[in-house]
Amino acid sequence: MNAVNESLMPDAVDRQIILASQGGLPLVPRPYHALAEQLGMDADEVMARMQRMLASGMIRRIAAVPNHYALGYKANGMSVWDVADERIAELGPAVGGLAFVSHCYHRPRHLPEWPYNLFAMVHGHDRAEVEAQVAQIAALLGDACRSHQILYSTRILKKTGLRIAA
Amino acid sequence: MMDSVDRAIINRLQDGFPICERPFAAVANELGLAESELIERVQHLLDARILSRFGPMYHAERLGGALSLAAMKIPARDFDRVAGQVNALPEVAHNYEREHDLNMWFVLATETAQGQQAAIEKIERDTGYHVFNMPKLDEYFVELKFKV
Repeated sequence: MNAVNESLMPDAVDRQIILASQGGLPLVPRPYHALAEQLGMDADEVMARMQRMLASGMIRRIAAVPNHYALGYKANGMSVWDVADERIAELGPAVGGLAFVSHCYHRPRHLPEWPYNLFAMVHGHDRAEVEAQVAQIAALLGDACRSHQILYSTRILKKTGLRIAA
Repeated sequence: MMDSVDRAIINRLQDGFPICERPFAAVANELGLAESELIERVQHLLDARILSRFGPMYHAERLGGALSLAAMKIPARDFDRVAGQVNALPEVAHNYEREHDLNMWFVLATETAQGQQAAIEKIERDTGYHVFNMPKLDEYFVELKFKV
């Protein structure tokens, strides 16, 4: 890890704020003040540090995350694509920018079992909607893509939030 | 279960929540609601599990941690045993069964990159099956967002 990254790492005070807020913000009129009080810190300092973590990308965003299943998005397909290596830097952002793609990653292939290097999570009310969306991705990728598949989830075996340890 | 006000709240709050002394008041004002009503409705949406989370989303890798997606190819007769062994590791955050020869897909979240390698080796040792590790090389999504 280089020096630039290290300077962006959270310090001990940031870590306290992270631990206190990673489960969610308090639902009170002054949530950052409530957090500060819980930590015995000054509210302006808590807000300034969170602002800094947001600016540096340590906090992706402060927001609500809907349970897509409860909202009726019951078909969740992991679409996977074998995209020409020399085109992926150009095409990956185009796929990730589609409104119906929630997560989009470049990942390593494992030949011969696994030729796919681009992953795009697609959510629909049913499989037909997912497949129509996947057809749009296929059209966008055109001849840069050799093959693709949709892997539907059939069972959640475990789901816990990502947490840093104390 | 959800009315148009709930929908407006869900759509607005996916866009980001301000850092200021009275952030609920600021958002409520945009939506034409009272601060107290917004807070009550967010509480209700969380209690009803329509929202799974509300707050800061931390970026694991920028906090020094390591995340990866890994897959395994497990025959039906061994699937439940292996699922139990994989799920027993605290480093395994999510695990899904998927329709494919590679039928078990899980997210590994570790404090360090070495921890990730150690977790993979432990899973291979415990289960007797190969782990296909697929850590991201690049990410392209803007954000998770569902219009309701």
